[in-house]
Amino acid sequence: MDAVISQLFAGLSLGSVLLLAALGLALTFGQMGVINMAHGEFMMAGAYTAFAVQKVVSDAGVSLLVSLVVGFVVGGLLGLILEITLISRMYSRPLDTLLVTFGVALVLQQLARDVFGAPNVDVRAPQWLSGAVQILGVGVPKTRVFILALSILCVVALSLVLKLTPLGRRIRATVQNRDLAETSGVSTRATDRLTFFIGSGVAGVAGVALTLLGSIGPTLGTNYIVDAFLVVVVGGIGQLKGAVIAAFALGLLQATIEYSSTASLAKVLVFVIIVAFLQVRPQGIVSVRTRSLA
Amino acid sequence: MSAAWRSPRARVIVGTGIAAVVLFVVAPSVLSSFRLNLLAKFLCLAMVAVGIGLAWGRGGMLVLGQGVFFGLGGYMMAMHLKLEDAGPGGVPDFMTLYGDGVVPGWWEPFRDPVFTLVAIVVLPTVLAALLGLAVFTRRVRGAYFAILSQALAAAFAILLIGQQKVTGGTNGLNGFRSFFGFDLADPVNKKMLYFIAAGTLLVMVLLVRLLMRSRYGELLVAVRDQENRVRFLGYNPAVIKAAAFAVAACFASIGGALFTPIVGIISPADVGVVPSIVFLVGVAIGGRATLLGPVLGAVAVSWAESSLSESFPSFWTYFQGALFIVVVAFLPQGIATLGQVRLRLRVRSQDEAPDEGTAEPPPDEAAEPGASAPSTSGRTA
Repeated sequence: MDAVISQLFAGLSLGSVLLLAALGLALTFGQMGVINMAHGEFMMAGAYTAFAVQKVVSDAGVSLLVSLVVGFVVGGLLGLILEITLISRMYSRPLDTLLVTFGVALVLQQLARDVFGAPNVDVRAPQWLSGAVQILGVGVPKTRVFILALSILCVVALSLVLKLTPLGRRIRATVQNRDLAETSGVSTRATDRLTFFIGSGVAGVAGVALTLLGSIGPTLGTNYIVDAFLVVVVGGIGQLKGAVIAAFALGLLQATIEYSSTASLAKVLVFVIIVAFLQVRPQGIVSVRTRSLA
Repeated sequence: MSAAWRSPRARVIVGTGIAAVVLFVVAPSVLSSFRLNLLAKFLCLAMVAVGIGLAWGRGGMLVLGQGVFFGLGGYMMAMHLKLEDAGPGGVPDFMTLYGDGVVPGWWEPFRDPVFTLVAIVVLPTVLAALLGLAVFTRRVRGAYFAILSQALAAAFAILLIGQQKVTGGTNGLNGFRSFFGFDLADPVNKKMLYFIAAGTLLVMVLLVRLLMRSRYGELLVAVRDQENRVRFLGYNPAVIKAAAFAVAACFASIGGALFTPIVGIISPADVGVVPSIVFLVGVAIGGRATLLGPVLGAVAVSWAESSLSESFPSFWTYFQGALFIVVVAFLPQGIATLGQVRLRLRVRSQDEAPDEGTAEPPPDEAAEPGASAPSTSGRTA
């Protein structure tokens, strides 16, 4: 029984990391259809932000909270710059956007390597996150619980913004019918930019959270980007709900298979399952019904 | 300049002749054996690029997982070379090093050279055809297909690293002594490998040219531009796309199989997500929808990489990133079409032609000039 519960938490924990990585993508890829390969590098930027903030603020607890905010701004600004300079020119060519942003990712990685050095660096976790808490008789590291809570907080905050605020209304309107939104007086360009800012900012937050799990390096983003995209694809385009379900489903699946085999085999099996799943539901878990040609 | 010189057939014959002279006569006599071996490696990468040109440039499928097929071919060849070095019934050195010194059952068939060669051509092709049919039939395409193919590359690299006992792990497979009985330390045999690579590449380019000129080639372009219309006309786009994907996979596999003995090592670093995308740089630069663009682009980029990355590793990465950004964002049809872009601009400014409705010129304008005439008239109709 203990083994089952501890596997469950391992899966939830993995799922929450996936969710944090994929949440920003769910906005930029899911809502806007932009494939941003540099998303992983925005996470990396967030992680290095936490590293830099800790240089200034010595108290680990305060610096974590400060970095969460600063990481959001740094990620968001990077996204904003990318959107204005490159992506805005290429909305009609989503596949080319993928390649261009991959080039941006290469440059950002090398930049991190030149600025912070190629070896991994460590960010100290605050005292109140060290050790483990007992949940249902199983010891779970506090950092994992924190990340789980953070991911849920981000989802709630994002969906509240989308549902309740005027900005959220504009974003949804632009996604659902760009032309009509424009006709109704919504500045779709400004909306695009803001959406991209928020999505990239969440990537920065995810990067800060990842510093709690281990040391960080210039290739931090590449480790997560493929999985994050898979989460959005499996979840379905256009709604955050799908990404949430997909992230936790994939996390649990990975943890379960890992339990009975190895991590590398689990990855491959999860991929096979995803391809099989897309055979059944090519639109993902949650799909918006449209009458357009599939 | 008589009309006969401009006919597509004459161009192919002349072009093939020039390429053959350059590859088989000029290069071997001018280049040192080290440079020639380097060129052979670039030609292997160019084989992957030819396939990508077909699938991506002509078929519109952004294949981000060609490293998988490249790796399949490379590893199958490496397995055979390892077993060959070990002798009949022998065990490859790394297996006794990492594992229990027993050759796994699925390695055994690769002792046979004929089986290995057939498997290198057939296995990736069949795999790609099945995978392609599965995803294209369910109309998974565009970005989704790109991401899936990328995930495939990620999974493949992870699997290779994880199963160190049978794949050599991160180190990959290396230290080959002979190639189907020929001593690899002998420069003459190295030269032979170069000639094999050059000949194979030439055949591949001609094959793709044949495909592009055929009815199938027209259909492939049609599927890229208007998949639904092709479907309404009664064709099955899934089969058309899967076929191009399979051919690309086959080319990548052969490229990998030749890459292994030429370079002397195949490792997960050659097949993962990043190398799979990097295959695309050369194709994008050379012109994805052209016949020779991918080949020239791939060779040029690999050459630039090997000469720049050794002395300025950091600069090379920036340069590579900048290449991706500038070429794809501002010159989507590649450098091979620069002349045509200029020509089009001049024509447009001369007769002030009204815009055709699309801001982007359709990609196949960039195709080899001889072939583009019929397809252009077809589109305006």
